Amino acid sequence: MEFWKDPINTIFASLLKSFTSGGMSEILATILIWLIGILLFVTFAMVLDIFLVWIERKVVARFQDRLGPNRIGPFGIFQPFADIVKLLIKEDITPVGADVIMFNLAPIFSMMSVLLLWAIMPFAPLMVGVDLNVGMLYLVAAGSIGTLSVIMAGWASNNKYATMGAFRTVAQMISYEIPMVAAILVITVLAGSMGAVGIVEAQEIPFIFYAPLTFIIFLISAIAELGRSPFDLNEAESEIVAGFHTEYTGMKFGLFYAGELLHSFTFGGFIALLFFGGHRFFGLEELGPIVGALIFIGKALFFYWVIMWVKYTVPRIRIDHMLAFNWKFLTPLAFILLMVTALVGRLFLESNWLVPALFLSNILIAWLTVEYLKSHARKEREKEEALKPSTQMTQH
Amino acid sequence: MQNPWIYVGLFVLVGMFIPIAAIAIAAFLGPKKPNAIKQSTYECGIETVGDSWIQFKAQYYIFALVFLVFDVETVFLFPWAVSLNKLPLFAVFEGIIFILILLAGLVYAWKKGMLEWV
Repeated sequence: MEFWKDPINTIFASLLKSFTSGGMSEILATILIWLIGILLFVTFAMVLDIFLVWIERKVVARFQDRLGPNRIGPFGIFQPFADIVKLLIKEDITPVGADVIMFNLAPIFSMMSVLLLWAIMPFAPLMVGVDLNVGMLYLVAAGSIGTLSVIMAGWASNNKYATMGAFRTVAQMISYEIPMVAAILVITVLAGSMGAVGIVEAQEIPFIFYAPLTFIIFLISAIAELGRSPFDLNEAESEIVAGFHTEYTGMKFGLFYAGELLHSFTFGGFIALLFFGGHRFFGLEELGPIVGALIFIGKALFFYWVIMWVKYTVPRIRIDHMLAFNWKFLTPLAFILLMVTALVGRLFLESNWLVPALFLSNILIAWLTVEYLKSHARKEREKEEALKPSTQMTQH
Repeated sequence: MQNPWIYVGLFVLVGMFIPIAAIAIAAFLGPKKPNAIKQSTYECGIETVGDSWIQFKAQYYIFALVFLVFDVETVFLFPWAVSLNKLPLFAVFEGIIFILILLAGLVYAWKKGMLEWV
């Protein structure tokens, strides 16, 4: 019974005791046990990644009113394994003139940046890899390694289109980091802590009720940061073939593709963590950390489904619209929300009116934004009407 | 409990090991038959024309510069955000004035036309 309340620490303590009683020093034993734990954890992440490929293909098929893969195994569940075997036996073509070291390092860094995020994902407060006290800053930093890998891939391919695609993708990814970090700052203000477990424990009422507009900003920025539709200029299939990963074949391409899906799932997990209470579900999480972990995975899959829903519904956005939307709309809005949340949260700190006050201030800002956009659009329309030459030949 | 960053260091090592293992298995299993046509770079099915070094538009640099300013701002805002509820009310206004100064910078860049993509 004691084991189910705290599985990871119990196993860790018992293994540590058995290793040190054999004569190993404590630091070495800790590192060894951590290494075994990390290998199991990363293996779980990769197996989950394989099933994410299956989920993606089935869901896209249903959105497009067709069945997905349904030949290999019941409901096509072994399809990703067939994909992996195919990618493994393909030839590794390196284009002539490519920078060999960077060409090979780029998919490795792309996959590594996603796996690094799993170190702080709190499946339950007692089932987290390591609870860094600067968790949210680590999230942004490790995510930026993926951006670096895009430039490495594009530049090392010795291909005009890959380079152009890489530049545009990096411009998009770094632009959308600012509203994302501003939204994370709002959550930090509300929770009083940057660490992942601290944010989960501060959510007696999920933060979506404290900051709904911030959730929308974080969702849009996360989708843009991932490079998924509607912001998928980096793999705009009909425009620049495959963007920065044009020249990649076989397993390297597989690492980019699977890395993007795992990244989407990881961000689904972070949306569940930041806005929806992590492992909470109306008191069901009291049953133990394992139930909490299953609830967290369920919530992360739900938000992964929301991200896919957006992807297969909305057409692609042009690059200048995308960057203008970020710098002229999302960034000022995110910082205004940060200022208002900090002020209102501080003024109503210990009172019962905190949640309604914050919710109402979000609604107020949303309404003001819509009014401003409407008046701006009206002014633009009037300017266009004034410029249009009159083609009427009536007599006044 | 040991230093938690050792765990992150181990995660980096394992995280690099898994993709390297995948690529190594693929390099072992895949055929290796290079010929000149397969290895030429792709340009929509025609022969490549000109260098593969395209002109670097100055607009990318300007976006990176604006991003840098705001990124450093957010890094400075993190300690403020964490300890906001333990500081006196005056600290909230300090942070708000800081954000307003930087938003004024963004509005200036906007009016000067630095945020256009042409």
